[in-house]
Amino acid sequence: MSEPILSVRDLSVVFDVKPAGAWPWTAPNKLHAVSGLSLDLQPGETLGLVGESGSGKSTLARAIIGTVPVTGGDILYKGQSLMQMSVQERRRHRRDVQMVFQDPLAALNPRMTVGDIIAEPLVTHEPSTPRKEVKKRVSEMMERVGLLPNLINRYPHEFSGGQCQRIGIARALILKPKLMICDEPVSALDVSVQAQVVNLLRDIQKDMGLSMIFIAHDLSVVKHISDRIVVMYLGRPMEVGPANAVTRQPTHPYTQALISSVPIPDPKAERARERPVLEGDLPSPLSPPSGCVFRTRCPIAQDVCAQDRPPMVDTGPDQTAACLFPTINQ
Amino acid sequence: MINNEDVTRLQDAVQLSEVRGRSLWQDARVRFFRNKAAVAGLVVLILITCFALFGGFIAQYEPDFVDFTLMGANAYQGVPSVETGHYFGTDIDGRDLFARTVQGTKISLLVGIVGSLVAVIVGTLYGATAGYIGGRTDGIMMRTVDILMSIPFMFVLILMLVIFGRSILMLFIGIGLISWLNMARIARGQTLTIKNKEFVEAAIATGVSPFVIILRHIVPNLLGIVIVYATLLVPEMIIFESFISYLGLGVQEPNTSLGALINAGASQMTNGTLWMLFFPLTFFLITLFAFFFVGDGLRDALDPKDR
Repeated sequence: MSEPILSVRDLSVVFDVKPAGAWPWTAPNKLHAVSGLSLDLQPGETLGLVGESGSGKSTLARAIIGTVPVTGGDILYKGQSLMQMSVQERRRHRRDVQMVFQDPLAALNPRMTVGDIIAEPLVTHEPSTPRKEVKKRVSEMMERVGLLPNLINRYPHEFSGGQCQRIGIARALILKPKLMICDEPVSALDVSVQAQVVNLLRDIQKDMGLSMIFIAHDLSVVKHISDRIVVMYLGRPMEVGPANAVTRQPTHPYTQALISSVPIPDPKAERARERPVLEGDLPSPLSPPSGCVFRTRCPIAQDVCAQDRPPMVDTGPDQTAACLFPTINQ
Repeated sequence: MINNEDVTRLQDAVQLSEVRGRSLWQDARVRFFRNKAAVAGLVVLILITCFALFGGFIAQYEPDFVDFTLMGANAYQGVPSVETGHYFGTDIDGRDLFARTVQGTKISLLVGIVGSLVAVIVGTLYGATAGYIGGRTDGIMMRTVDILMSIPFMFVLILMLVIFGRSILMLFIGIGLISWLNMARIARGQTLTIKNKEFVEAAIATGVSPFVIILRHIVPNLLGIVIVYATLLVPEMIIFESFISYLGLGVQEPNTSLGALINAGASQMTNGTLWMLFFPLTFFLITLFAFFFVGDGLRDALDPKDR
């Protein structure tokens, strides 16, 4: 294996939350959005992140792009710690890591033309580029993501959701980044447009040799695009493994429940199948359960689960799960 | 029969021509011009501005020319009339009221516009910076505004005018000092909602510097509300100045403002020279109404959701 382009080491992100109406000197509650998460991303690889809402997927993405302060652990980009980078190095790193956002329209400044929006990273990092050259590169990029270049002077509100997402993708790609983070890029789009955008992302990723972190709560979308999948629950990884293995033979009880919640597009098969349904809600990240965080909803939980945090154990080829009683694949 | 070649050529033409997008500003302009009251207000404002700028050329007398022959005979000789050239009559000192009104309107408009310009520039940048940086800086900056607001400004202004002498410059400084405080609060509040939008996050993630983010992403998005507030602030400033002038502390003779003219006219009400009050007051009210209508129209145009 080559050197990973990005490795996250034991990352935790903790937010201070003050209860409403608290005194200014009251100690804030700690919200553990991400705790003790490690992962590696190889060059050219697509890593899928799945989990329920509130499982810390977006926080992880924001920690990597540096818009959320990291509380513990480290993020290494090409072996270099982001935490110890100087301002200039950090700026260069920002150039290599770009992000596509969840809400396509909210991610575009309504007062700027599409051309200005796409050109913004370029103008920021290469301020000496002549205007003609900027325009040429913007037009090329628009064509690449499937937008007519003559729409360059239009404003975001004149586009549909799918088109807006393409604009967001064009903005992320204009600097030819090494790593692209897609934070639920398709969850705000309808299904047919989802497919177009996902296929576009996959094509671009293949063409440009990008590494990609793809976040979604829809397993079928993630399965389609990712090489490996990380399943998260309450800020912790539950299962990590190749996309096929995780979706076909999940070894962690949480993943099994997630997979079974994906409907089968055949009413007969759907009615006939038996599935473990998760009961209850996600526990509050303000006071996560002791030991295994999933034990409160786990169908196979036992008393020992409450004692220690379960380690990641090998459950198959290249597949690991944080569970004391995982299903083992041969 | 349609020529195939023509079709391809047409397609090429459609593809090549760059479509000019319609920005939110242009949309707002269309909505504004559909609003009749607002357009009427705008027309009136333009007319009043022309009156203030070019009225001096029509006037038959200089504003500070005192016609001593009218002394004590104002009530029947200084009556507004076209023949004497005193279109609006004369004031108590025998000066031409038309020229005086032109001058007063000019000063009043200037005070209003300077006041709201200071508010727009200082207040917007101050509020946007405080809101964007947030945390302790925000706390310190906004508490400073709170403290400044809690000072009774009329009192301070009067003291200033008494100590440093009554001059237009002093009046501008005084008005500039208070006008931006409310604007800073409004701008900060808006910034707080804008800075959590994803496009700001995208800019941060790209590595755009905070100052550029404020200027490129925050300020244009809060400008709509700022403009509306600024147009409504102009009449407020005019009233404020008029009040100061009414107290006799505003602009100094031979300069004048609408407030000073109204004051002078009101003191002569019992002498049967009502035109001295009527003309300045009419201009004052028309200006205020025009500004309010324009401000209302702008609010409807820039904030279509709030209607």
